[in-house]
Amino acid sequence: MKELQKIERFEIRLSGTGGQGLITLGRVLGHSLALGHGYNVTQTQSYGPEARGGSSRADVVISSSAISFPKTENLDLLVALSQPACNAYYRFLKRGGVLLVDSELVQHAPTNQFVGLPFTKLAKDKIGNELTLNTIVLGAVTHLLAFAEPRIVRKSLEETLPPKILALNIKAFNLGLREAKRHLGEAPEIWQTAAENGAEEDMEGFED
Amino acid sequence: MAHRRRRKRKELFAQGNEAVAQGALLAGCSFYAGYPITPSTEIMEIMAQRLPRIEDGVFLQMEDEIASMGAAIGASLTGRKAMTATSGPGFSLKQELIGYACMVEAPLVIVNVMRGGPSTGLPTSPAQGDVQMARWGTHGDHPIIVLSASTVPECLEMTVVAFNMAEKYRTPVILLIDEVTAHTREKITIPHEDELEVLSRMQPAVPPEWFKPYAEAARGVPAMAPIGQGYRCHVTGLTHDQMGYPTSRPDEVNEFMTRLFRKIDNYYHDVVLVDEYCLEDAQYAVVAYGCVARSARHAVDQARERGHKVGLLTLRTLFPFARPAVERLCMQCEHVLVPEMNMGQISREVKRVNNGRSRIRTLNRVDGQIITPSEILKAIL
Amino acid sequence: MSDVTKLIHEYLRHNKKFPHVFCAGCGHGIVLGSLVRSVHALQLPKDNVVIVAGIGCSGRMAVYVDFNTVHTAHGRALTFATGIKMANPELNVICVMGDGDALSIGGNHLIHAARRNIGVTALVLNNQIYGMTGGQCSPATPQGDMSMTSPYGSLEQPFDTVDLAKAAGANYVARSTSFHANQLDKLMQEAILHPGFSVLEALTPCPTQYGRKNKFRHVVDMYNWLKKNTVKVEKWKEGDSRIPTGVFQNLDRPGLEERYAELRQSLQPQE
Repeated sequence: MKELQKIERFEIRLSGTGGQGLITLGRVLGHSLALGHGYNVTQTQSYGPEARGGSSRADVVISSSAISFPKTENLDLLVALSQPACNAYYRFLKRGGVLLVDSELVQHAPTNQFVGLPFTKLAKDKIGNELTLNTIVLGAVTHLLAFAEPRIVRKSLEETLPPKILALNIKAFNLGLREAKRHLGEAPEIWQTAAENGAEEDMEGFED
Repeated sequence: MAHRRRRKRKELFAQGNEAVAQGALLAGCSFYAGYPITPSTEIMEIMAQRLPRIEDGVFLQMEDEIASMGAAIGASLTGRKAMTATSGPGFSLKQELIGYACMVEAPLVIVNVMRGGPSTGLPTSPAQGDVQMARWGTHGDHPIIVLSASTVPECLEMTVVAFNMAEKYRTPVILLIDEVTAHTREKITIPHEDELEVLSRMQPAVPPEWFKPYAEAARGVPAMAPIGQGYRCHVTGLTHDQMGYPTSRPDEVNEFMTRLFRKIDNYYHDVVLVDEYCLEDAQYAVVAYGCVARSARHAVDQARERGHKVGLLTLRTLFPFARPAVERLCMQCEHVLVPEMNMGQISREVKRVNNGRSRIRTLNRVDGQIITPSEILKAIL
Repeated sequence: MSDVTKLIHEYLRHNKKFPHVFCAGCGHGIVLGSLVRSVHALQLPKDNVVIVAGIGCSGRMAVYVDFNTVHTAHGRALTFATGIKMANPELNVICVMGDGDALSIGGNHLIHAARRNIGVTALVLNNQIYGMTGGQCSPATPQGDMSMTSPYGSLEQPFDTVDLAKAAGANYVARSTSFHANQLDKLMQEAILHPGFSVLEALTPCPTQYGRKNKFRHVVDMYNWLKKNTVKVEKWKEGDSRIPTGVFQNLDRPGLEERYAELRQSLQPQE
């Protein structure tokens, strides 16, 4: 097995509206990082009425060492698939963190430092099934996370999804991965840019 | 040992509730009766799926929380390892029969996934408001074992411990977890059967005509004859003599009551489980349990990074209270912080034990949110 | 030895400190006698018989008989019985409850036991009052009757155990009285043998609590009342104010434990 990339503590929030499949997305991502990759992972989520129709979220914390606090406090990656979710959670994104949005559904990002793909549109037009939205996002997130192996995530999809919908979802996953590569650039560069922007913001803050 | 080939263990990315169900099955639980209630329902759902598939496994959805307790005790009397799980309001309803189980010394595991209360409260939010209720909820003086778990792997582990203690001491055991622990997903590893200590209740060693069902056999714990195997015992919630028949003779009543307490006291050091973290040189200690213990551990790490000598005592057994461990802490540390998601239910135990030696501070939160590491850190520094 | 003495020796617990708790004239002993005679007639092994009792005068019946006996909490006997039967379907589980037990605090358990058709025999000893606590109004106390908690006469309409059990879907529903001992024996045996959930109501007089407050001067008056005011269901007609006795429901739905065994069989991995 390949040596694992060392991760200090990496926090992800997947947010949007109920029905976008965010909880499943969080579960598959967590499953893959914990069992497939071998990281320490905790995954939590919003519950109850909150999870139906209203805003919905799943959080994933990843680390090479044992995770004590299971929830998120400072996000490294915020995925926002709706405008209200983006507004509500942007403030938890830490300096140098990356914001990934659905570029059609989030028209007014609270910052100009973000990356976006039209996930919902891709699901509709390219896959022909809006329900595959979350798997396309999983592809894009896998691309963004330098420590995530597409091959292993794909295998986790096979382990967690019912066979009936597997082929379609593998297609969606590959699409997300491809689109992210084509439009967002290589992962290290994205994080590099974000870190530089974060540092600049720090400087600006200092001037106040 | 070193040469033995390591067999692959099954790994799951599972919620705390699922880990409880897995732990129960590993411990030999073959009977579940319950009633749906958030946030414990997943335990019931998994048992509904698994139990009919295992030999002799019985799953029952009962008409209410009380009925679930009754059915579980009934099954326990036939020799089964039985469990029920619930949350706040359901736990209130179960109280009378928890006392019955104490009285007839029926081994049984009751899981309570704590949510915000009182009453319907906050069904989907975490809290730790049922701690003193777990100890004192049923009427009448009685001993009881209350355990807790703070991580998903611990949920599995402590459920096995709960069954073992229930069987060994012939008593109901309450496992208190909270919504955060119940719904967090983490990796759990399913141990092989031979890696796990699984205990079962002691059976009579004498023929029926010589058997006294409530005479002590092992340091206060009587042997238990399952219904239907020729012993034809009487089981009653009335105070009973050694034969199990009702009595109000003061000498017999006193003998029974003192044995009930003694059987737990005798094993105090086996029953009380704590985790000590960075306590050797600590000048400041945090006492925590459940999900808050995770926040506390994070805060302790952060404080240590900044050069503060902080340690953590995590209570896995809430009752009987870990008096020796806390006493030692109070002697050693000037300050003890007790963060909990209630207005001070374990801190009152810590204060009772402290006896003025150390300064006990509390950090309370009752808004349905977990206490964060930064809040604890702020309280320490 | 007479037959009765033989039965006493065979089925009563000698090491239990007799005398029993029942008052003079109480009908509960007759029902207990009927239970013992029925178990004997059916030749059920004592080790396989489980008596699960609630709280109240009827609940005390369990301790005297040499079976597996469980004296549970008030109203909850059926829940324990359900757990015992599901955990070990080989056992003959007989649940003994009073009217307060079965119809009031445990009313929910009664209708749900009937709905899920668990293979338990429920004996409801209806004396129309809470006896052990000193004569308070029960859900079986007839409207207008006196008790410690209805000193001006009960305002509420009582439950009819038979109608309730029938409507809830019990497999077998019957009623008898402690006056009609032969009929009671016959129905008791049927109720025990019948698969699924059986309910047998036994009307039994409580001279101490109910009789005294409701103008029954002698115990015998209460037995006479039972004789006069009951009629076999076959002879009962609409409008008859007497209480019908006999068998009211006789279905053959499989018991829950049988259905569960089938489910478990169907889930076995195919060889």
